[in-house]
Formats: sequence, structure tokens, C-alpha cells
Amino acid sequence: MTALQIIFLITAVITLGAAAMVVITRNLVHAALWLIMTFFGISVLYVLLNAGFLAVAQVVIYIGAISILMIFAIMLTRRVQQDFGPQTNAAWPWALVIAAALFGGLIWIFSGWGNFFTQAPVMGERADPLRQLGMALVSPEQYVIPFEVASVMLTAALIGAIMVAWERK
Amino acid sequence: MLIEYLPIAILLVISTGLAALIVWIGNTFGPRRPTLRKSLPYESGMNPIGPGTRRMPVRFYLVAVLFILFDIEVVFFLPWAIVFRQLGLFGLIEMFVFIFILLVGYVYAWKKGALEWE
Repeated sequence: MTALQIIFLITAVITLGAAAMVVITRNLVHAALWLIMTFFGISVLYVLLNAGFLAVAQVVIYIGAISILMIFAIMLTRRVQQDFGPQTNAAWPWALVIAAALFGGLIWIFSGWGNFFTQAPVMGERADPLRQLGMALVSPEQYVIPFEVASVMLTAALIGAIMVAWERK
Repeated sequence: MLIEYLPIAILLVISTGLAALIVWIGNTFGPRRPTLRKSLPYESGMNPIGPGTRRMPVRFYLVAVLFILFDIEVVFFLPWAIVFRQLGLFGLIEMFVFIFILLVGYVYAWKKGALEWE
């Protein structure tokens, strides 16, 4: 086993374990903290895939912003104060069975797809994904329309958040 | 290529290890004489008002959403900024359209008073 594989295995175990804790734990704030751990593991996976920009974006957006939003959203709810009893949800075996069935079903469906077992082409050492991404974002043949639509979506989200959360004075 | 990330890994190991070490030293060697005053939640030296986990005002949610939106905006800027000179005028116009659409929402938020903390 190479060092890369060992790092990948450790990261995968930590990520999956943290993801399992997100659904097992009973305290929602703890679940949010485990979710941050999962996001972090995914960011390390991006690094292993040589996608440094995605790793940074994962840390900045998911860990920095979305998990904070989730913790705020949890703290807005009424039952957050309750922290009694066992820390694991009693129905977790059922969740395990259903999740395993979903995972198996998805794998079964995807394995019918012809390219399922082909490996993605390896990027050259000299390849600069961030540069290519920047070119692709504003080139008319590629992603300029999704890029502009993203700004419309962000504006809609901004206005929606104000509509939901703005308090009339 | 992966060796570039070694400093981050070292930083991670050192910071985690240092935090664990400090907690461990404090737990192992620190004297323990708990009093009622010491066991109270710390609230900037004042007597705590109400429970530690109370419901937050919805205003925090708005701040978090605004933060996410501007965060995503910055993430879109970064790949564009790297190839800015190669893209030329067309790329600049594209980014101006992007910023202009977002500016509409920004002006709305500003006029509505969502950026002020009352």
C-alpha cells in the first residue's frame, strides 16, 4: 500500500464515522459539529484528488458558512435546550437498514451504466484546474450561462432570506 | 504534488496535539477546588442571565445567510481573477453582469435595513 492509499483510508474512515455520528447522535448541536468533521474529511479527499480549489471552497463555504448557518438554525428552534437521556437515537438500526438498502439500490442501478468501472483520466502534472475553471466559467461555449444564472440564484436567496427573517420595526 | 499540502498537515497535527496537551496537562496537574461560583457558566465575569442555551433571535439567521451568499460570490471571483488578463474585455463584461445582478439584491438588502444591527 502506498502512503496515498493509507491517507485515503484514514480519511475515509474518519469521514464515514463522522457522517454516521451525524445521523446517530441525538443532540442536534452535536450532529452539526460532527457534520463539520465530515465536511473536513471531504475537503481532505479533494486534496487527495489534487483539487485544491475545491478543498478550499469546501472549507470556506461548507465549514465556514453553511455549518454556522445550520448551528444558528438549530439555535432558533425550541427544543435545542433538551440534552437528557442517551445520546444515540433509539431508531438507529432502522436508519442503518434503510440507508444500506438505498446505497445498495443506487450501486445496483449505477452498475448498469457502461462507464461505471472505467477510471477517470489522470490529469497531467502540469495541468492547472483552477486556471481551466476560470476560463470555462466565462467562455460562451462552456459555463457562462450557468455562471450568470448563479448570480440570479444568489440574489433570489438573498431576497428570500430577507423576506423570511426580516423583522418589522 | 501532495507534498505541497504537508505544511497544512503539520499545522493540523501541531494545533490538535497542542490543544489536547494543554487540556491534558490542566486536567492532570491542575488543583481542583470547585465552588458554586466557579461552576457557573462564564459570562464575561457577570452573574449569568438565564440558561446558557437559549433561543437565538432570527436576525442571526439573516446574518448567516448574507455571509454564505457573499462567501459564494468570492469563490466565484477567485478562478475568474486568476485568468483575468487572458479573458480580456469579454471576461470583464461577464463579471460586471454577474456583479450587477448581485448588486440588485445587495441594494435591496441595504434599503430594507438588513445590514444594520438594531
